[in-house]
Amino acid sequence: MTETFAPVTRFAVPGRIEVSNRAAAEWQTATLTEVRRETPHASTFRFAVPAWQGHLPGQHLMLRLTAEDGYTAQRHYSIASPPEDSGHIELTLDHVEGGEVSGWFHKVARAGDAVEVRGPLSGFFAWPGDRPALLIGAGSGVVPLMSMVRHHRARGLSVPLRLLVSARSPDELIYARELGAETTRVFTRSAPQGVPVGRMAAAHVAPLLAAPPEGGWEAYVCGSNAFAEHASRLLVEAGQPVDRIRIERFG
Amino acid sequence: MNVTRGFTGRPRVLDTGLPPGQYDAGDDWPVLSAEVTPELSPADWTFRVDGLVDQPRTWDWDEAHALPASAYEGDIHCVTSWSKFGVRFAGVSLDAFLNVVRPHGSATHAVAYSHTGYTTNLPLADLTGGRAWIAWEYDGKPLPAEHGGPARLLVPHLYFWKSAKWVAGLTLLDHDEPGFWEQNGYHARGNPWEEQRYSGD
Repeated sequence: MTETFAPVTRFAVPGRIEVSNRAAAEWQTATLTEVRRETPHASTFRFAVPAWQGHLPGQHLMLRLTAEDGYTAQRHYSIASPPEDSGHIELTLDHVEGGEVSGWFHKVARAGDAVEVRGPLSGFFAWPGDRPALLIGAGSGVVPLMSMVRHHRARGLSVPLRLLVSARSPDELIYARELGAETTRVFTRSAPQGVPVGRMAAAHVAPLLAAPPEGGWEAYVCGSNAFAEHASRLLVEAGQPVDRIRIERFG
Repeated sequence: MNVTRGFTGRPRVLDTGLPPGQYDAGDDWPVLSAEVTPELSPADWTFRVDGLVDQPRTWDWDEAHALPASAYEGDIHCVTSWSKFGVRFAGVSLDAFLNVVRPHGSATHAVAYSHTGYTTNLPLADLTGGRAWIAWEYDGKPLPAEHGGPARLLVPHLYFWKSAKWVAGLTLLDHDEPGFWEQNGYHARGNPWEEQRYSGD
């Protein structure tokens, strides 16, 4: 017999979310139906994926492009749309300078084009709508969080949800028109008249943790690694338990 | 083959050394962890090997450093599709630790766990024979905390989620037991050359 193995886990474990491994193993065709500009550098790409099994807000997928000589490029992208948008998924992609996949999307792609996707993947960052959610994102880190906000609205959920979002300027705030009373906006380079300019700080986070909902917040942080490190430290310093913080970072 | 209209991709070089589906991250080393980076000092770091072994043992920082030094220079591959060429790590070969604890013949797998509670499973054969390290230096400097410092597991021939950051120990088992990402749909072994990304690959 082997001895019982039970390390003490000090960060958020999924547990309550079932992940379908079968869906993750199969590539499906996704047909581009619409492109919407969000900011000067980001657009939303809407796809029809008829056999899409659905996803939980916060999950991502793997996307694959194939060149004529068989060369492929694949990337992970967070899903922006809520599960209620059945048979469709939306991705919001930054135009990365020199990016071979984002470059194709922003310069070449048009309605009718087909790409391949597999997923949804990873239940760790997913939010099924069952616990109060404190969402903190910067730049395109708002994408998986928007899926959660949209899910919250589509289902008319009453569980508390707050979004703290950081952008360089109002022009670069993705989904600006959709953000509502649940959202606190932070601008790091330029802001509308009368709105302070600066990095997300304890002053933004502390009020939310000073009056947490019953049962406390489940915190979801998404953004660059530098932002994720900064925001997760702010959360810990404000009293959010380490084991109730989930982080999705991108390079 | 489902050709994507108008997609040409990067210029191709024959025999790039990249496993299928990977791209060269160049100088970047993306940080991928789902956790708050722990503040773990070398003085607080320990490494334990137990389970199906003759002599379970815990090493502290100085005891681990007293083992024969061993370095890795080569490539690493992340399941999110970046690879990084010619990286240099220094630490101690895992064989040095296993030689002390003496695994039982019945031990076939291990669960590696970190000081944060992260877990990942590995066949024991992937941890022996000079293929795995406990690493505390990167490029001649102490391993940064966000990359797993003060010390991480290093199993460079598998996707990098197997190389547990802030490693705290290994438990040897006579069966496979999925770890954190493996319970989240990732492959049990994660060989980049066979593109074992997700369960079912």
